[in-house]
This record gives sequence, C-alpha cells and structure tokens, in this order.
Amino acid sequence: MINIENAVKRFPGGQEALKGLTMSVARGEMVFVTGHSGAGKSTLLRLIALIERPTSGQVIVDGQNLARVSRRRIPAYRRQIGMVFQDHKLLYDRPVFDNVALPLVIAGFGHREAARKVRAALDQVGLLHKERQLPETLSTGEQQRVGIARAIVTRPKLLIADEPTGNLDPDLSLEVMRIFRRFNEVGVTLLIASHDIALIDQLGCRRIALENGALVLDADEEGGDDGFDAATPDEPWRD
Amino acid sequence: MARLGAQEAAPARRSGPVSIWLARHAGTLVGSLGRLARQPLASGLTVLVIAVTLALPAALHLVIKNARSLSAGWQSALDFSLYLAPETSLADAERLRDLIAQRADVAGVQLIDKDAALAEFREGSGFGAALDYLSENPLPHTLVIRPVPGSSEASVSLLHEELANLPETDLLQVDTEWVQRFLAILDIVQRAIGIGGILLGAAIIVIIGNTIRLDIENRRDEIEVTKLIGASNAFVRRPFLYTGFWYGFLGGGLALALVAYGLYALRVPVARLSGLYGNRFEMLSLGLAESAVIVGVGVLLGLVGSWLAAARHMRRIEPR
Repeated sequence: MINIENAVKRFPGGQEALKGLTMSVARGEMVFVTGHSGAGKSTLLRLIALIERPTSGQVIVDGQNLARVSRRRIPAYRRQIGMVFQDHKLLYDRPVFDNVALPLVIAGFGHREAARKVRAALDQVGLLHKERQLPETLSTGEQQRVGIARAIVTRPKLLIADEPTGNLDPDLSLEVMRIFRRFNEVGVTLLIASHDIALIDQLGCRRIALENGALVLDADEEGGDDGFDAATPDEPWRD
Repeated sequence: MARLGAQEAAPARRSGPVSIWLARHAGTLVGSLGRLARQPLASGLTVLVIAVTLALPAALHLVIKNARSLSAGWQSALDFSLYLAPETSLADAERLRDLIAQRADVAGVQLIDKDAALAEFREGSGFGAALDYLSENPLPHTLVIRPVPGSSEASVSLLHEELANLPETDLLQVDTEWVQRFLAILDIVQRAIGIGGILLGAAIIVIIGNTIRLDIENRRDEIEVTKLIGASNAFVRRPFLYTGFWYGFLGGGLALALVAYGLYALRVPVARLSGLYGNRFEMLSLGLAESAVIVGVGVLLGLVGSWLAAARHMRRIEPR
C-alpha cells in the first residue's frame, strides 16, 4: 500500500527531517510509527498526504507515484486517504453531522446518500446521538472520534493518523485505538504516528521507529502476544 | 484516480449528476446568503456602500434621460416665431397664416392672436394687475411656424429669409441654438458620467474584493482543513464567489430602491415644473431594462471582485 524508497526531506536552511528513509506498509496492515518529536514521524505522514514533497526519493501510495501527482490533482488524491490529526481539525462553526459530511460534500455525494454514510460513520465511533451538537460541546475524546468519523466516512482504503491520542488520557486513547483496530479488521490499512510506546506494545502491532530522520527499528510484533487475537478480560477495548 | 475510494466516488456521479450539482450550488448559494445574514451590520454596510456607489451613476443617468426627454420637445423646435408688425390686423394675420401653410416646406402654422397671447400672459406671469395699466395690448400677432421635419439647414434658412422679407414681418426669431448647446452639454455630462461610472465600478470591485479578502482571512483555518481533506481550489472558492454575487445583487437592488426614493422625494417640485409645462412633462423613472442592467452590473462587479480576491488569496492558503 505504501512504498517509500530512500526518501530525503531537506528544509530550506539545510535541516534534514528525513535522511533516506526506506520502508513499506502492506495492504491491510496496521503500523505504528514512533520516535521523539523531530524524529521525522510527521514529515513521513506529510509526504504521504502530499502536504510536502520529498527532496529526493520516491513515495508510492497504492501504486501511485506521488511525484507524478500534479498540484491540480492533489485534492483528488487526498480524497482517497483518510486523515486523523492530533488537534482534530474540526470546523467549530457547524455541528458534528456537517463536519463528518464534509468529505462527502467535497466528493459530490447527493444529500440522502451522504446522510446515510454520515450516520454509519458516526455509529461506528459511537456518536450517533450527538450529530446535532457543536464540536465545542463535546469532550476532547469525542471530538477526536468525530475527526475519525470524518476520516472514514468515504471508506478510504488507507488511513493515516498523526498522534491521534496525543491529547487524550489512557482510557480514551485505548478507546480510539480500539476503533482503529476495528477498521483494520475490515481491511483498512492504517499508519499511525504515536509516541505512546506503552500503548502500542499493548496492542501488539508492527512498529517502525524513527530517529533523526532514519529508520532504527522495524519490529513486527504480530504473533503470539497479539492482544487482539484473544479477547481477554484485561483488554477493555475488546468487546 | 481509479484507486483508493474509487468505488465510492463512481456511484455518486452516476446517481443524477446534474441534479446533485444543482443542489450543491443552490445549497452554497443559500449558505452564503445565510452567512451574510448572520452578520447583518457588517454585510449591511458593505451592501449600502455598493448601493450608493451604483445609485450615483444611475441617478445621474436618470437626470440626463429626463433632461433629454424635456428638451426633445424643444428640439422639434426647428420651430420659429414670426412676430407681425403691430398694425397688422387679425384678418391679415389669418390670411398670411393660410398663405404660409400652403408652402411645401412648411409643416404647420399656428397663429397666436395678440388678445389670446395677452390673456395667457396675464394668467401665467402674475403681472395681471400691472397689465391693466397698459392702454393697449403691446403684443403683436405671432405666427409659430414649423418647417417640414427633416428639412435641411439650407432649406430652412431659405424659408427664414423669404418669411423675414414679407412686408408684414416685424421680427423673425429662431431660438433653437441654445437647445443645441444644451444638448451638447448633456452629451459631455453623459460621457463624464460614463467615465465616473467606470471609476465607481472599479471602486466596487475593490470594496467587494477587500471584503472577501477579510472573509477569507477569517476563515483561513476552515479553508486549510477543507483543503486537507481533499477540497479543490474551485470548491473552497465557490462560497466566496456566491458571497460576492450576493453583495452585488443586494447592492444593485438597494441602489434601485435609493433611486426610486429619490424620485419620490422629487415628486413635488417635478409636479410644479410639469404644471409650468402644461402637464406635458412627465418624469421618467428607470425602466425594466435599465433596472436589470444596474442589478446585473452589481452582480458582475461582485463576481469579478470576489473572484480576484479568491483567486489571489486561496492559492496561498495551503495546509501546513
């Protein structure tokens, strides 16, 4: 799904955020990217979202070489990806329903079909009963779930998330991860940047660690200690 | 394109693309109006400025139009007056009238006999009492002669010459020259209004462009987020274009109302003027076509202003 080859990102001034990163994520995988702030996690996600372009190297997403996606076609490309942000990036002047419907409005869906999809997405994050509320009236955890509903409402095959639990307490973080895990189970590929190693270890997903813009660890922890395969009582996110 | 999420986008386009497209635009149109309505004071002031700016040339145009219509009566006055010698009798005057009326280059002759003229003067001038002191009527019989319409200047001056040389003629008075001058002045004023109108149009574009620019600046986060989740420049631009449309449309409508109110406020002095002209003068208001042009110009300037602002600032706002 994602193939990155020798990606270098050098900012004006000479600072290098990525120093020849090579990695790949297979279709249907759920992968975490860890590292200190400044390690290059965000830059990696920004390359995939085409917010930035690499100084050199190649980024291929779902068979598309992003170097060949022209500026004009960036919006169409972004519509194929779900994105979740640490600060939610909701529009605070309109209710939850309208926030989640925005990608569908952009994609040109008719009203009835959009409403159906919005309700399905809100149902998946457990916020169906709050569709008429303004984001400000929701808790941080709920706002993040609205952001997730917006990211998945178009049913993208790839979802990228930048520190989605960065502002959440452990319980809420777990809940968000549980939601991600459910998407993964129905085939969505996820790439999640996070520094919460304890939580990731608990989930037992593949983890890529970056340091100073280079790969330092690629640990596939899928296997015997995968907490998701066995529903045990001490894992409250499994239900 | 036929990759991620393509299976979702395709059916959306199949299920009645035109009606969905229309519904989307109608939704944005109404949404923009709603957004203006939520800030009634700020939007109202902008609309008012645009309305005043549009009403100014519209009102001047109306003044010119009325002045032209008023002077149209005078211009047909290639008419000239033949004042007959004081000793000419009414019978002689009538004979002369019939004689002149037979000429091929004369379309009509009207005889104003001196008693009727005096009566009319007494009536209209307010000198009634003073006139009673006159021992005799000082006014001569007058023939008002209208040459055949479309007569050349040469044939008209020949006519003047011949009639001026009649023994009964005391004075031949042509007083259309000032009409020509007046019309020339109107032409200049009209052109000046045209030039001023262009400047005012540019002002409206700047006003709307600046208003939209501030609007874009205020909604910067929203634009960034919308672009981040895949909105094209055209998509984020659309509500601003519609806002510009509304400013122009409402400004044009209010301009019409201002002009109409101006006419209403002028109705008393106009009625008096009309009375002086024997009720032949009726004030012209803006016609349907002219009203449509004013609103249309407002809409056009609104769209141009907002498009310029949106095209310039929208590209700069990219997600970071």
